[in-house]
Amino acid sequence: MDEGMLLSILLQTAYASTPLLLSSTGEILSERAGIVNIGLEGIMLLSGFVGVVVGQETLNPLLGILAGIGAGALVGLIHGMITAYMKGDHVISGLGINLFALGFVPYGIYAVWGVRGYFNPSDQAKVPKVFGVSPIFIASLVLVPLIYYILFKTRFGLSLRACGEDPHSADASGVRVERMQLLASVIGASFSGLAGVFMSLDWLTTITKDLPAGRGFIALAIVNFANWNPLLGLLGSYVFGFSWVAIEWLKISALKQVIPVTLLNTIPYLVTLAVTAGALGRSRPPKYAGVPYKKE
Amino acid sequence: MSLQLKLGERYKEILFSISEVALATLIGIGISAIFIKAGGYSPTSAFFYLFKGAFGNLYGFYTSLSYSTPLMLTGLAFALSVRAGLFNIGAEGQVYIAALGAIIAASLALPSYLYLLAEFAIGIGLAVMWSLFAGILKVWKGVNEVVSTIMLNWIAYWVTEYSRSNIFYDPLSPDRTIRIPITGRLPILVENTQLYSGIFISLIVVIVTYVILWKTALGYEIRAVGLSPSASKYAGIKFSLVALEAFALSGLFAGIAGVMETIGRPPTYAIVTSLTNLVNLGFNGITVSLIGRNNPIGIIPASIFIGGLMAGATSMQIFAGVPLEMVQAVQGIIVMVLALPGIIRLIKSKVRRR
Repeated sequence: MDEGMLLSILLQTAYASTPLLLSSTGEILSERAGIVNIGLEGIMLLSGFVGVVVGQETLNPLLGILAGIGAGALVGLIHGMITAYMKGDHVISGLGINLFALGFVPYGIYAVWGVRGYFNPSDQAKVPKVFGVSPIFIASLVLVPLIYYILFKTRFGLSLRACGEDPHSADASGVRVERMQLLASVIGASFSGLAGVFMSLDWLTTITKDLPAGRGFIALAIVNFANWNPLLGLLGSYVFGFSWVAIEWLKISALKQVIPVTLLNTIPYLVTLAVTAGALGRSRPPKYAGVPYKKE
Repeated sequence: MSLQLKLGERYKEILFSISEVALATLIGIGISAIFIKAGGYSPTSAFFYLFKGAFGNLYGFYTSLSYSTPLMLTGLAFALSVRAGLFNIGAEGQVYIAALGAIIAASLALPSYLYLLAEFAIGIGLAVMWSLFAGILKVWKGVNEVVSTIMLNWIAYWVTEYSRSNIFYDPLSPDRTIRIPITGRLPILVENTQLYSGIFISLIVVIVTYVILWKTALGYEIRAVGLSPSASKYAGIKFSLVALEAFALSGLFAGIAGVMETIGRPPTYAIVTSLTNLVNLGFNGITVSLIGRNNPIGIIPASIFIGGLMAGATSMQIFAGVPLEMVQAVQGIIVMVLALPGIIRLIKSKVRRR
């Protein structure tokens, strides 16, 4: 293997890991505040779509990215209102997000471009490379330590974590629990939004209803695996991201004589099952993650 | 006297549930009307043809009922899990793998009277096994069932798709698998419609499950675990055993749905490219279950309602030009609204406060 190939595998791994990393980091923040959102898959899909619509209309990739993040934030706002303020069921609201996206995006692809199945944005709408790599990939590497710092080294982070760990005490000490949870839900979901536009405007540069292909749920598995710590999430995301690169790799290797190419597509999901089964037991979720907080 | 009071309470509760679902549906229709308008279509004609296609004539009604046939079972699969406190969203993949099981049976050289039996046996067997994977991971390693079932859905998708294109393809028509032999098909109920006799099987399974849940020890244990895992432990109920039973039963229901869709629905009697004749049957079951308030009896009207959406979607697409996926989005909105505990109560208390 020469240097060029090694570099290309590294870059491919980085790109395959970026959506997982962004999405799981956002979800860690959200769950630390007590809001569980299993709609990450749906948010990625919606944001990927909205990003392409705006990017394509304006031919401005930056506006596309912002629109994708905005769409994620909006879904986070709705989910936060339902769960934090109206004490709705976290899991069911998240399921609703996924079902909605699964219908809305193929509908939108047809309504906007008049095509069925998928749409590829034109070159001017795609995110340009910075120093030869994706700027969103670079951003992800900055955002992860930043979120870690905010969560564990600031007063704000302490208050946020208190909402997920012991909301009654947090409330008693003057933290406005519901407002904090809503904020965490909005920020957390906008990370999945960025993950979505990263896929649709930057890495894969296409939008189909299968764009996330289970990545939203793999991100949920990473949150568990990482024990709700963004730095461990970085490790987890790269392990899982590599499994996607491995498919492409195995497709051109001698192994394809033994395992048919279609079946290689199962690798990321098998890896996720195997790793979560092997790694669990040690991790502990925030005590009030997913539990509606009711004042006494 | 007290019995009368209880009955009154019960009716009140049912009425409450119905008004909640109606409100959620209205919100779903309202929001989707905005999206339909924004997409450049007419919401009134969209909903007119949606309704007409679903319930406007006898043919539409039969089609709606035909879709309610698998949805009753996938809805039941989700409902039973929720009753045990589990969010098992694996019915989608179990439907695929059960359909594959039916095709495997069809590929065997069997005496003609054995096909039906073999299809159900292999299909259900595979689906139960698939569901138990998630169950074992849950009780043995504590793996979140939401994550594991979605992973298993994807694996089932690719395994089935691979088998369709590489093993069981029809040499004359490679876009689909070999077809179920005529003696292995379920009879059609109404000629020239898609309504097949499987609906009776679905109804029987739903009623039996209702009896199991509310009249047997197993049902009591499932509900007890769902209501309070810690309290049920003191009552001597083993969580892991009950959870595995719930996973197995869910797999059984989804398995019957997958087999029946393949051997019952005319005119294909096969699995087609990208499994388009099976996709979303499991996920739509989640909506069915939530609309039916996770109650087997409630699931019957709920499945006819969602079956109607699926049937009407085609007519909406043909006559109003609105892509049929829109009905999936409507379901998503309904589910999000139903996530709220007692929406009506919530609104009442807000109004009173002002």
